[in-house]
Amino acid sequence: MKRGASVFNRAVMSLVFLFLYAPIFLLIIFSFNAGNSNMVWKGFSLQWYEQLFHNRLIMQSVYTTLLVSFLATLIATAAGTFAAIGFYAMRRRWRSPLMTVNNIPMMNADIVTGVSLCLLFVAFFGLWGNFAGWFNSLGLFQLPTRLSMGFGTMLIAHVTFNIPYVILSIGPKLRQMDKSLIDAAQDLGCTWMQAFWKVVLPEIKPGIISGALTAFTMSIDDFVISYFTAGSSASTLSVTIYGMTKRKVNPQINAVSTLLFVSVLLLLAAVNIREARQERLAAQRRQS
Amino acid sequence: MKRKLSLFAIPYVVWMALFVVAPVFLVVLYAFSSKTGGFTLDNFARMGTYAVVFGRSFRLALIATGICLAIGYPVSYMMSKEGPRFQRIAMVLIMLPMWMNFLLRTYSWMAILENNGLLNQLFQKIGLIDLWNHVFGTNLTFFPMMNTQGAVVLGMVYNYLPFMILPIYSVIIKLDPSLLEAARDLGADSVNVFRRVILPLSLPGVLSGITMVFVPSVSTFAISTMLGGGTRILLGDLIEQQFTGGAYNPYLGAAIALVMMAIVVLCMWVMNHFGEGEEQAVML
Repeated sequence: MKRGASVFNRAVMSLVFLFLYAPIFLLIIFSFNAGNSNMVWKGFSLQWYEQLFHNRLIMQSVYTTLLVSFLATLIATAAGTFAAIGFYAMRRRWRSPLMTVNNIPMMNADIVTGVSLCLLFVAFFGLWGNFAGWFNSLGLFQLPTRLSMGFGTMLIAHVTFNIPYVILSIGPKLRQMDKSLIDAAQDLGCTWMQAFWKVVLPEIKPGIISGALTAFTMSIDDFVISYFTAGSSASTLSVTIYGMTKRKVNPQINAVSTLLFVSVLLLLAAVNIREARQERLAAQRRQS
Repeated sequence: MKRKLSLFAIPYVVWMALFVVAPVFLVVLYAFSSKTGGFTLDNFARMGTYAVVFGRSFRLALIATGICLAIGYPVSYMMSKEGPRFQRIAMVLIMLPMWMNFLLRTYSWMAILENNGLLNQLFQKIGLIDLWNHVFGTNLTFFPMMNTQGAVVLGMVYNYLPFMILPIYSVIIKLDPSLLEAARDLGADSVNVFRRVILPLSLPGVLSGITMVFVPSVSTFAISTMLGGGTRILLGDLIEQQFTGGAYNPYLGAAIALVMMAIVVLCMWVMNHFGEGEEQAVML
């Protein structure tokens, strides 16, 4: 009876995994298709990969995606670390409302975040146009009067939705930290700046790293917010893909998917191996 | 020392004021403004003409959430019964697709659901279509699946199922085994253990799963454009059209976005309301 139930459980879970992975594997298989279709197999070929690497639009958007994700992660991790420490040190009366505001970008539907930032940028550009017009009439030097959304606005948007995730992953580490450590460091002659660099930062380092990883994946994966804040001059990979899927089937998309899937797998393997190694090291340290 | 450290938060507080609070404020402002700039409730009145879109969005999102719950809860429960090694691998397998862009995964379904797509080819091969024609007296050469509301629901379930499984699983796995033992010792059979102990205690996970599936489902526009054919639009499409399409009208768009924000706040309120009660129950 027990055994039968277990086999049934495994069967159900296998079906769910089949449901989750079949479309992904189909994409991967058809990326090697010689024919121009996602439905009929016409033999093995690498032509779509070749075309992909010669596709300026896709390559440019891959570069934009990586650049915006990297910069947004860097800025959000630094800003989020300081913010998390600041929130931690704050009185509860101040901290709770600020944390609520901090949660807004995480809770809101992506489209609302994207649209609201889009409104902000457009409104700001309108004000800026008026200001620049007035300033230029003074004749000191010329400011550009017409700004438009592009890489900069998208970067701001990415930083804005990334910081909450960084704070969320650092906060618990700060609360776990032994508070007397800071006092001890200061008693032993550290200034508060030194106490911060030498005691607080190393203590919360795992939180910072996992926060940065989360931020990077959120940035890479984002479509909706980029779509509303990138304007027409900058385009991330997901925005480009969206444009391509609207037109017609293009096996270059399959090739992109395959490459992305493989990179995610490699990244995941690297993270897991690193974690396993750290666990082993920690175990060794405990023994000795 | 501690008070000095709180100064570290100042740059981010300024950032939040500029890029979190100000945009929300602008959405509210635009929602209540007319094109000439005066106060108006016209944007909300005009939503009446889109009642069909609202109805369709809520219906499809609710169906998708229901299906996710119906699949996600049993799967989370079954997973929690397995050994630790199996659980670890299963978790990675469930999260892995989330790291691949959802547009690509949705795009894949386009080839599967097409009229001459892989599923219809399969149905043709195994004779399902002939059987159908025979039984129902129809004359189909394929099952129309693409560009239907069913396809949109499928896309939502496919993309957001992990969001249902993860929170439920993480709550179930943390249940105190001694509670279950106590229930059994006190004479509950396994149905009662599940119904009166496991189910109520896993409710916070269920609620957060429902929120995490419902909110993106009701606000999606990419899935409905790709799998729904873009003719039967959803709320997300409606907002998108107000901002990027030919029907540029950020005032109406902001009003709809405001409604969506209200939905999120409502979901959060319900979750906090029940979540806290459950936490107390666990502590008791």
